[in-house]
Amino acid sequence: MSRDNLNRRRFLQSTAAAALSAPSIARAQGSAVKVGVLHPVSGALSYSGQQGRIGAQLAIEDINAAGGIKALGGAKIEAVLGDAQSTPDGGNAEVEKMNSAGVAAIVGGYASSICLAASQTAARYNLPYIVDVGVVDSIVTRGLKNTFRFGPGFGVIAKTALDNLVAINDAAGKPAKTVMIVHEDSAFGSGLSKLLNTQLPERGFQVLEVISHPTPTRDFNNVALKVRAQNPDIVIPANYYNEYVLFARTMQQQRVRPKGIYSVLGGAASSYKFVKEFPEAAQYIMDCNHWFDPKNQKALELKKRIDARNEFYTYEVYMNYSCILLLADAIERAGSADRARIIGALENSTFGGHLMPYGPTKFVNGQNQGAAPVNTQVIGNDIQVILPASFASAKAVFPMPRA
Amino acid sequence: MVSSVILVPALLNGLMTGAVYALVALGLTLIYGVLHIINFAHGALLTAALFAAFFANKLLGIDPYVAALFLAPLFFGIGYALQRFVIGPAAHGEDRNILLVTLGLAVMIENALLYAFRADTRTINLSYAFDVVEIGNSFLAVPRVVAFGVVVAIAALLWFAMRWTDTGKAIRAVAKEKLGAELSGINVAHIYAVTFGLGTACLAVTACLLIPTYYINPHAGNAFVLIAFTIVVLGGMGSVAGAMLGGLFVGVVESFSGLYLGESLGQIGIFVMFILVLLFRPSGLFGERA
Repeated sequence: MSRDNLNRRRFLQSTAAAALSAPSIARAQGSAVKVGVLHPVSGALSYSGQQGRIGAQLAIEDINAAGGIKALGGAKIEAVLGDAQSTPDGGNAEVEKMNSAGVAAIVGGYASSICLAASQTAARYNLPYIVDVGVVDSIVTRGLKNTFRFGPGFGVIAKTALDNLVAINDAAGKPAKTVMIVHEDSAFGSGLSKLLNTQLPERGFQVLEVISHPTPTRDFNNVALKVRAQNPDIVIPANYYNEYVLFARTMQQQRVRPKGIYSVLGGAASSYKFVKEFPEAAQYIMDCNHWFDPKNQKALELKKRIDARNEFYTYEVYMNYSCILLLADAIERAGSADRARIIGALENSTFGGHLMPYGPTKFVNGQNQGAAPVNTQVIGNDIQVILPASFASAKAVFPMPRA
Repeated sequence: MVSSVILVPALLNGLMTGAVYALVALGLTLIYGVLHIINFAHGALLTAALFAAFFANKLLGIDPYVAALFLAPLFFGIGYALQRFVIGPAAHGEDRNILLVTLGLAVMIENALLYAFRADTRTINLSYAFDVVEIGNSFLAVPRVVAFGVVVAIAALLWFAMRWTDTGKAIRAVAKEKLGAELSGINVAHIYAVTFGLGTACLAVTACLLIPTYYINPHAGNAFVLIAFTIVVLGGMGSVAGAMLGGLFVGVVESFSGLYLGESLGQIGIFVMFILVLLFRPSGLFGERA
């Protein structure tokens, strides 16, 4: 496998070199800036990883088409692609390879467990690491100078999710009192469920049961049975794409119909792919998750381009697109591909040209302060934003109407 | 927690899963019973069969249940050829060589699949995969019910074949007394290969039954073989009935331990049982005492 990657890398290098040397002005341009693009494109998380890679690659294409890094004489960005194979070890191995390949920074990771490991390894080489999605809060609380997270972490997401859940429930006349949490058992799912489990009772909800399962899991019958027996008002799933879809479909199959399915970072709950492929199972599912700014023209244009490619505009795409733009801005301001100077530039970033509803970027200890999730709901064949009210496109449908 | 709303469906689910385990174990126990070897390539062959069923569906659009009709003979042929032309000759009559040869085959097959198809996990979507049969207050997935029926039918068929057909009698004769069988004119090399072929054909059918609800990657088969070994030990090495009942039992144990210990620990019950059987009844529930 490593031989295969080497060949691919050599191929990329040679084609990139050919592309650079073709025009006669090539010599005037600075040499390319290598950027590591790390995702789990094979294994259990491969779909999300591939989506992330698409977003990152599109951003790099766009930056290069617009003249590259101007402060470096129009140097192009050259992606060094890595496959974390859906494991932290796989992520580490790729960081080592990227470091030897001489990248200026790394973007990606996707899963919390991969981000934790990969950013730690990158820290050894003082290599700037921008986390695309990984939400576990310890990613930014370890004091690693090289690690920056553009998106929101658990703490903020859980708080927003709970505030919004209370708001939605209150608006409907408080029909929901009991909750069941179904989560995957790695850093992401367990961390989130622990947070929710302590905070839900404070908000007046009773947690009936917490069920954990591994990733991958290919049978949710027992879990669905337990949900049916407990009959909670609200089911909160916290798992990755494949398991999320399977669980939602198994609940539909086992005719488990709670008043609401409310996910926090549901792997599929606000995914256009899920809605298109299994509209019945997805109907009325609510999610508190990463979402693009629906009033941002650039975000809407990218959606059109993704739709035209017959891909789905999932959060991995626009999060990674934004992270690459953020990095390019930092390299531009650093005026160098030097790792320490890029880290310095990221620390002082006020970048606002991204696709997310975060406002200008401001990192405190590596965490972007403006980052926040939004609430969505699957209504009909589309995904609508239901909260915050400032850019909601629909009102929440809760409790779920009985079919 | 102990309500029939959960217990009955969990029991039925366990039986259905167990039936598939039983079919994997059936192939393994058959090969052990006759050739007296543990076939380490069993898992890799199951993975290969899963890929065959997957691509029959993806590329040729053949429904997995239809694919079983030609994949079973195909894998019978593959198994026959493997034993006749690779494992048998390479073993030079030594049992421990056979062990190593099958282990080598497993490594080769798995890595060839890994090289060809990478570590990606694939699934197929069938319109009926989430259809249910309603029994009392349980909803059973159609593919699992089909799998259960097919496995029971195959086990019965095998049992009758072993009892009443000439080949079946020859297989049993070779299993009991190789030299005596050879002296009475039975071609032992041929019977060995037929048995290996039957075991491999069982895997092809298993693959077709699994693929509607299961995922595949180059290591998918291993999850089943570890369980199948447990079943073979539990049911008694070489016993068809033991494999069948052992499989169902293990399925139920897994379902209940998943229910009570959590999905993350679901398989722990199986291996606790495995150790207990080895400690207290090493010949298995249906095995003959050594």
